[in-house]
Amino acid sequence: MSRRLYDIAHCRAGDKGNTSILSLIAYRDADYPLLVERVTVEAVARHMRGIVNGEIRRYELPKLGALQFVCEHALSGGVTTSLALDAHGKSLSYALLEMPID
Amino acid sequence: MASRRERVRIGSGAGFSGDRLEPAVVLAGQGDIDYLALECLAERTIALAQLRKQRNPLDGYDPLLKRRVDMLLPIIKRKGIKLISSFGAANPLAAADAVIEIAKRQKLSVKVAVVTGDDVFGQLAADNIAMENGKPIGEFGELISANAYLGAEALLPALATGADIIITGRVADPSLFVAPIAHHFGWNMAELDRVARATIVGHLLECAGQVCGGYFADPGLKDVPDMAHIGFPYADVDSEGNAVLGKVEGTGGSITVATVKEQLLYEASDPSAYVTPDVTADFSGVRLERLGRDRIAIAGGRASGKSPLLKVSVGYRAGFLGEGEISYAGRNALARARLAGAILRERLDAIFPELRVDLIGSTSSHGRSFDAAENPYEIRLRVAGRASTAEEAGIIGEEVEALYLNGPAGGGGARKLITEQIGIVSTFIDRGAVTPQVTVKQWCHEPATI
Repeated sequence: MSRRLYDIAHCRAGDKGNTSILSLIAYRDADYPLLVERVTVEAVARHMRGIVNGEIRRYELPKLGALQFVCEHALSGGVTTSLALDAHGKSLSYALLEMPID
Repeated sequence: MASRRERVRIGSGAGFSGDRLEPAVVLAGQGDIDYLALECLAERTIALAQLRKQRNPLDGYDPLLKRRVDMLLPIIKRKGIKLISSFGAANPLAAADAVIEIAKRQKLSVKVAVVTGDDVFGQLAADNIAMENGKPIGEFGELISANAYLGAEALLPALATGADIIITGRVADPSLFVAPIAHHFGWNMAELDRVARATIVGHLLECAGQVCGGYFADPGLKDVPDMAHIGFPYADVDSEGNAVLGKVEGTGGSITVATVKEQLLYEASDPSAYVTPDVTADFSGVRLERLGRDRIAIAGGRASGKSPLLKVSVGYRAGFLGEGEISYAGRNALARARLAGAILRERLDAIFPELRVDLIGSTSSHGRSFDAAENPYEIRLRVAGRASTAEEAGIIGEEVEALYLNGPAGGGGARKLITEQIGIVSTFIDRGAVTPQVTVKQWCHEPATI
């Protein structure tokens, strides 16, 4: 059975306007290089298509064993005027963690 | 054990306006803290408070302020803890009057310092540019509020008055914590690396329970003990801004390297340049070390600059949200809910071209399901749209309710809702254009003599 990000990393979603900010933190430091290699901007854009409709920037944080993804146009127009139920995109952390890793 | 002079202990008593009340009481009573900061303003909170103030000039402060102060005042007076909070919202001066009324009732003396100057509504013009899309802010809708994010420097004169309680309106969240640290050690705010480290401490504390395992738990993988009684955090900060996080013994939750990492990166849109009014902080060199159970040391933050501008949050009227919901359960529930959604689109399309149709239990959160074998036993249909009047927004709920007699089989539990929407956009203002002020209000209780 193929592993998903959920099995090796945890994530919390934050929001700023229409931008979703997703951390991706390896449970074990040894898995951080795998995140760097597999969870590229292109891979995230592919996995989150239809959810993230703008540019994605990735920040590498080796001292924390973490990546940070800043995803623009990801909150249906923005927290305060979105028609979505989860206007903040708080649950998007678990959409990212669905990504297959093997 | 380091003395008080060498370290200061700052507690976090609320992470948002509606946060739980009891953990702050535990922290003040048993946490041996010097300062208690309560962050009570999300982006939209102050615009909603401004609307309350327009209806009643004595209102416009945090709806939970009285309950919080009622519980905390006797404790902070007894222990000599200074309380700092943004719970003044759109009316910090009226908030101070409310605190004094509570002190009178409790037969306690109180000195309150109020920080104002964040309200820049009169200084903005409709042609100020929104940072979100480059358009003039006046194009979004009727403007109702504009508040600049003040920094720690605005709070320092208030702390210097020796007040028991410091009440602010819009202040950057970490600055509520940076101010007491800088005040305690008498920092020069131009020495930015220390301010950056204090800002990181403030960022870790600003969401209260979130660094203690709140919003972290995932059963089986990320287990957090005794979440029902989750404790709020404090930080022991030294004169260089390095800190150790902790919480009161016996409270629920846990502080681990993993919970601290999640909170450190939370909402940091550039982890090497986290911008506040006090400093631009670089998180990328931060080192975390576990010293013991629920004790995590933080070091290694530094500054990467300081912005000449202050961010301004602008609130505007964004029309009315109309919603309706109805449930379908049992065999073929997903198909019946989809049919109901398609019927509503046809019935409502002329009035609501941007109608949103959600299948709760399937695709409402992420627009699609990542579960290939999806076969939900029940689905709740939700339909939402925006209108310029409440009456028009109400049509959505009416049509959802009418599915009872005019939709697919087995629909139940219809609900309808109309909500006025307040939008927020951001713009910038020069630091020099904002002049914070401090007003002291106090009440001296004199015990009755015979």
